[in-house]
Amino acid sequence: MTQTVINPTPKDYKSEVKPTWCPGCGDFGVLNAAFRGLANLKLSTDQTVVVSGIGCSSRFPHFMKTFGFHTVHGRSLPVAQGLKMARPELTVLAVGGDGDFFSIGAGHLVHAALRNIDITVVVMDNEIYGLTKGQTSPTSPHGHVTKSTPYGLLASQFNPIATVLSLNVSFVARGYSAKPKDVASLVEKGVQHKGFSFIHVLSPCPTFYNTFNAWDDAATPIPQGHNPSDKGQAMMLAMDTEKQYTGIFYQQERPTMDQAAHELVQQSKPFDIEQYMKRYV
Amino acid sequence: MNEVTIRIGGESGEGTISGGDILALASARWGYHVYTFRTFPAEILGGPCMFQVRISDRPIKSMGDNADVLICLNKEAYDRNISDLRHGGVLIYDPSDFVPEAGDYITYAVPFNEIARKEIQLFQTKNMVMLGAICGLFGPPIEAIVQVVQSKLSKSRKSNSTLMEKNILALDAAKKYVSEHLTKSDPYRLGAVEKADRVVLNGNQAIVAGALAAQCRYFSGYPITPASDIMEGMAKELPQVGGTFLQAEDEMAALASVLGASYGGVRAMTATSGPGFSLMTELIGLSSMAELPAVIVDAQRSGPSTGMPTKMEQSDLSFALHAGHGDAPRIVIAPADIEDCYNLIIQAFNMAERYQMPVLFLTDQSLTARVESVDRSIFKTATIQPRVGQEAHASNGKNGSNGASANGHQVLVGAGVEEHSYSRYAYTPTGISPISTPGTGTPAYVATGLEHDQHGHPDYEPEDHVAMMEKRYRKLQTAAEEMASPERYGDKNATIGVIGWGSTEGTIQEAVDRALAKGYKVASMHPKVLSPLPDRALQDFINSVEKVIVPECNYSGQLANLLGAKYGLQAIRVNKFGGIPFTAGEILRAIEEVG
Repeated sequence: MTQTVINPTPKDYKSEVKPTWCPGCGDFGVLNAAFRGLANLKLSTDQTVVVSGIGCSSRFPHFMKTFGFHTVHGRSLPVAQGLKMARPELTVLAVGGDGDFFSIGAGHLVHAALRNIDITVVVMDNEIYGLTKGQTSPTSPHGHVTKSTPYGLLASQFNPIATVLSLNVSFVARGYSAKPKDVASLVEKGVQHKGFSFIHVLSPCPTFYNTFNAWDDAATPIPQGHNPSDKGQAMMLAMDTEKQYTGIFYQQERPTMDQAAHELVQQSKPFDIEQYMKRYV
Repeated sequence: MNEVTIRIGGESGEGTISGGDILALASARWGYHVYTFRTFPAEILGGPCMFQVRISDRPIKSMGDNADVLICLNKEAYDRNISDLRHGGVLIYDPSDFVPEAGDYITYAVPFNEIARKEIQLFQTKNMVMLGAICGLFGPPIEAIVQVVQSKLSKSRKSNSTLMEKNILALDAAKKYVSEHLTKSDPYRLGAVEKADRVVLNGNQAIVAGALAAQCRYFSGYPITPASDIMEGMAKELPQVGGTFLQAEDEMAALASVLGASYGGVRAMTATSGPGFSLMTELIGLSSMAELPAVIVDAQRSGPSTGMPTKMEQSDLSFALHAGHGDAPRIVIAPADIEDCYNLIIQAFNMAERYQMPVLFLTDQSLTARVESVDRSIFKTATIQPRVGQEAHASNGKNGSNGASANGHQVLVGAGVEEHSYSRYAYTPTGISPISTPGTGTPAYVATGLEHDQHGHPDYEPEDHVAMMEKRYRKLQTAAEEMASPERYGDKNATIGVIGWGSTEGTIQEAVDRALAKGYKVASMHPKVLSPLPDRALQDFINSVEKVIVPECNYSGQLANLLGAKYGLQAIRVNKFGGIPFTAGEILRAIEEVG
């Protein structure tokens, strides 16, 4: 039988499936942050769906006790949007890595941003392909030597925050997996935000590209007094290459496509084939 | 018999197709059966196009072998179509466009251009002049045309009373012209017939009606010829019945979002053509592996690659049967006519939901655009089969809202461990496991494209993979046992058999009828479900005859290959792949050659 927990704790969201991640993986911090964020919101496991693609971080739904859909590489965003459009009362999260969202699924990010469907995206960015054992990623730095760039990466580095700001994403934030409480708070705010929420989490891969030390130095809270409705200022913070600012860069409430679609439905009537076929007489 | 096949050839954009549509609809409303065939270029304006309508007082099975009447609106139309005019048929032309060569046909010269330009003083009315001449020479009465034009104009933005007046003037002027200047020497005359309760629509429209009746409440697609009208229809109709629609950024996203909606318990569909279908294959595998229902319409067009977007071909069968990597069970259905487009799309949804797998629905360009008159009684309220494990929630769908709703359920916050051990993929004798849905108070689980155990947890043990593969394929066996067998058509003691699939059924049956009348011992079979194949029925049929002809509109003989692989059949292959469907005469000739 199901049981109702009035004041859930993070462990109420933890499934019996043991994470497959390497010891020290940044994704543990993000998973714990998700447990904590959902517990703080008292979200029901019955009403919450976590959708993912393929990659180390995309194993995420299996470790949670909510509903989950572990899809194919790059397609978590369209799956999550279809689910939210069809079932707007559910809380929908899409989680995965930099490969999923910025490489194979990058095309979907653009359109998800434009539609502003009310889902929350958590990207665990380790700047490397971990599951395939160490090839370059869109967020790897220029010149980076990996198994697939033995002479150094010749492309430039993708800037996730600046990109989604330019796409007019309505909630843009960054966290660092070594600070799970802060990430939990961002997840909480992202889920509460009505619209497409994008949370970029620096989540190092100790096995193939250990960035813990670099990010310990670079991760810097967004200066107090930053106005989250000031997109110009947000863009300035996003373009800083020395520091990796954490916190909420930008937030704007505006109509969501799922809301608009369901307002259209308010006048709907049951389908009646006899009535419908009159148009073809 | 009251019957005539009229072909209009002209330039795309000058009213050839719309004139033909009006003629077909007016004839149907007047009480006749109609069946249309059209070709058009891929370009938006310009390029040759033609419209053919067969009008009969008896039910019609095919587009007809040859035109009885050919109307050419320019010289190019004459050059392209004259060879398809039957011996002793009627050619109607405007002498200001060209003068036809002498031939085995009756000619009527009608100055379409001059009447439209000088008498009506509105060149746009040229297609009304043409229709007026048709009314005067063959029928239907002018009033039938006027009624259709009036109802079309009342829905149009261009509507104004002057235009309607001019249209009527053009119709009358042409009718007057033919009665005063021409001496009718042909046998074609459509007399009055009893009115019947029929509707007139094309394949894509019937698919939209069927999907709505089947309680499809989510659609996502990407525009592509010749499937776009399905998307446009669903975009317009879904909000009226409580559903939602999303135009996706590409076909991968379209099917991915359909699977998202399906995971949410909502009946969902996408529609595409070959190029889009190619992009969807990774998601077909996911649907099969995660056991999530999805209906995918593939309106086949001539391939490969971009191919001939506006031309007919039946060349996606092999692909539909196998699309994707690994062994992924799926159901493949191919409708034959407008009635099937309605009834079988409902069956497609029910099979997707019952067997929890993708259902591929293979229509084709000729069927998408074919307009048929169909008895209205065929369009019945659909019987809806709920998902196993969701029967208690099925009633929610009836009030027009989305399939599953959380109303009345206790909101659960953090459920016990045993909840996540729910056997979503339980082994069962049928292979069908109970499916739960978020927000309905049913146990949570994770759907995944990874191989998994009965709880949905990742599992790569050999025993598990073997058991899961067998469970997934067992559903196909269950489906084969539960579905109706195709029926044999024609002679019980036939020595020649014809097996076809898809939109060619009527044409094959007409050829069988004509061959029987000539004394050939022939029968046909036309399976509508191609995965799983109705093995018993097909084997019995093959064993009952001496020779089997397999006519297909493709190069490689995809059904013939399948029947060869499955039953060792050495079929006599008849392949047509120029972009135009078979005529009954062509299949009749194949039967005659064999017999």
